[in-house]
Amino acid sequence: MSALEARGLVKRYGGLVAVNDIGFDLRSGEILGLIGPNGSGKSTVMKLVMGIERPDAGSVKLDGVETVGWPSYRIARAGVGIVFQHSRPLHRQTVLENIKLALLPDSLLRLTAMAGVDDRAREIACAVGLSDVLHRHPATLPFADLRRMEMAKAIARDPKVVLIDEPFAGLTGTEVEAFSELIRDLRAQEHAVLLVDHNVKSVAALADRVLAMYLGQEVATGTVDEVMRNETVRRVYLGGTLEVAQRNGAAAQARPSLLRVEDVSVFYGKAQALERVDLHVGEGEFVSVVGLNGAGKTTLFNAISGLVPYAGTIAFGDRPLTGCTPASIARDGIVQCPESRQLFADMTVRENLDLGGQHLPADARAEQLAWLFELFPILESRQNQVARTLSGGEQQMLAIARALMMRPKLLILDEPTLGLAPVILEQLSKALERLRATTPITVLLGEQNVTFALPHADRVYLLEHSRVVWEGEPAEFAAVMGEGYL
Amino acid sequence: MTRAFNRRLLIAGAIFVLVATVLPLWLSAYVLGVLTTAYYFGVFSMSWDLLFGFAGEVNFGPTFLIGLGAYTAALLDNAYHPPVVVCIAVGALAALVGGVLLALPALRLRGPYFGLVTLVAVLLLQNAIVIFARFTGGEIGMTVPDVMTIDPKLNYWYALAFFVVSAILLYGLSRSAVGLILQASGQDAVEAQALGFNVTKHKLAAFSVSALFSGVAGAMLVFYMGAASVGTIIDIGIGVQIIIGAVLGGRRTILGPAVGAIFLVVAAEVLRPLGQLNTFIVAGVALAVILFFPDGLLGHVLRPRENA
Repeated sequence: MSALEARGLVKRYGGLVAVNDIGFDLRSGEILGLIGPNGSGKSTVMKLVMGIERPDAGSVKLDGVETVGWPSYRIARAGVGIVFQHSRPLHRQTVLENIKLALLPDSLLRLTAMAGVDDRAREIACAVGLSDVLHRHPATLPFADLRRMEMAKAIARDPKVVLIDEPFAGLTGTEVEAFSELIRDLRAQEHAVLLVDHNVKSVAALADRVLAMYLGQEVATGTVDEVMRNETVRRVYLGGTLEVAQRNGAAAQARPSLLRVEDVSVFYGKAQALERVDLHVGEGEFVSVVGLNGAGKTTLFNAISGLVPYAGTIAFGDRPLTGCTPASIARDGIVQCPESRQLFADMTVRENLDLGGQHLPADARAEQLAWLFELFPILESRQNQVARTLSGGEQQMLAIARALMMRPKLLILDEPTLGLAPVILEQLSKALERLRATTPITVLLGEQNVTFALPHADRVYLLEHSRVVWEGEPAEFAAVMGEGYL
Repeated sequence: MTRAFNRRLLIAGAIFVLVATVLPLWLSAYVLGVLTTAYYFGVFSMSWDLLFGFAGEVNFGPTFLIGLGAYTAALLDNAYHPPVVVCIAVGALAALVGGVLLALPALRLRGPYFGLVTLVAVLLLQNAIVIFARFTGGEIGMTVPDVMTIDPKLNYWYALAFFVVSAILLYGLSRSAVGLILQASGQDAVEAQALGFNVTKHKLAAFSVSALFSGVAGAMLVFYMGAASVGTIIDIGIGVQIIIGAVLGGRRTILGPAVGAIFLVVAAEVLRPLGQLNTFIVAGVALAVILFFPDGLLGHVLRPRENA
């Protein structure tokens, strides 16, 4: 019998179907990888299993017992542990005390811990490699040790099923190896392990089976090889066959430089999100930064927009941006269209656009608006519709249009294809093509979907694990990297 | 958890209790009166800190619980004249029941709504007292036929004893296994649930404990002052003073809020000759501490170092 059995899980948020008919079996001593790009619904599946969210339909059975509808503390005590990607440990307690917390009974009357808790906590701490830092406080630990501590807490009660969210996010190469070893140990101890990751590569060496999700649906299940060879999976990640429509390469080199990023590193607390990145964008150039989710694209853009502190230098034209506020950078002409779109959801399409063009004189605004409606005809017909009721693709177009209302010198597009259906991608791609053909605008595009990113690009950077690992022209990228990207 | 009462704290506490106990030998009845009130406010702030600092719930209505205890005790005393102890016990029970009835639905709400519900509860209680003025004396207030004692020294010692016992119990609770779970629930409720803890149960328990201590303190305050009135017990301003006292002293420390609350009451008394300026200066000091020392007066001393 399976330790965990999920059938027909459905979860809707308003009109959005985040999880649509997902089911799987997970046996003891087995690692199942749940993969899919951001927004595909895999984390929601994990929350449904843990009882953090309640499914609209479907069943989850733990050792044959239905757990849907149970509060998550009951599911936890029934034998499910979860390692969160982000957690807030008790900062005033030591590592050992944090682990002991996980061993306390859920009782209002036991004011002291039971005998044996201390020994058990030490034992778990040693098992995950924390024996040297037992009495330190979490704030002083390196990031990898914090992840170990979360792992220790999750397995403290010896759960049958362990759920791990993005196990390798923010870890360096050697730490990834050590962490993988811990997860293999769990399998060896007959735990059933569910790994949730956006990256096929990182779980490939670990998982016995993989379930790939896209837009809430299952696209493939099987061994790692089977799933990676699956045509739909490849299309989801790569977007189908690679096409390039590069402009004259030589001309691109001669452009005066508009943006220079030199030796930029970014840390989130202890996790390194960018490592000594160099990048430049010439005036009028269309540069794509490709990389899987978590590679550091958004962080790079946020550094350029002044939203995160960084080491190194970023210069716009002749002006160094170090120390500039995000607002002054935006006024200077760097406009970012973020991944999450950040539309004013309760305002109409027209109001969103007008807000973007707030600083323009009335006639210039009207002119800009007319041009944008030409670029995105669908927005003209939706002018009076409230932004939240637009489809995902329309929202993305509105986000780009709003950014363009500000007449940027440099437009940064962060993952515009996120969660969009293929048909919409085509419309968006055409709009970008028109944009490139009809205006001298400079664009920096961040994408996971290579097929979307390459056709428009003059040059391509490949980000992997916080570093730029390749730079060149799209034609070469297709030839060199096409295979090894996933 | 292991070192619930470390030695330094124990010594400091013992010295405080010793000094506080012998103070009536020198101090005037007036000063003792101020300190008596201050001790009750110390308990109010400690109870509040258990909810905010540990359970992570902002209770804007500490005076709802205090008022329930105070007015129930006062009404009972007027109606049936039972012994004062019985009045206080029933008052505490009323605060507990009222607190649970309020918290049960309120804890289902997320974010700022819990705080708003507690705020509305205070206004409701205040209005109820005014509406039923025939029994409660309305805005003027009501006197109680009995008091604990008329001896200021004895009154002072009662308050001190109650304050010390409350401090030991609440501090001990905050450092116990239950306190640890409560803190985890307050910091990351989703994770605490995933670790197998019924967060609602623990928060409700914290609310009950907070209500119980607030109710007893409120009822005792009435039998010390000999009267209960909206302005001295239930008014939003009183609640704000309790909250500021807790933050001033250092939230999440239990003992810090006690010190902060006592400081506020004493400071207001010392500065009374300044008239209107008094409130202004106290508020200014409180604001400065909150802005520049967000850990509060005792935050650094009482909280184990987070970075060591």
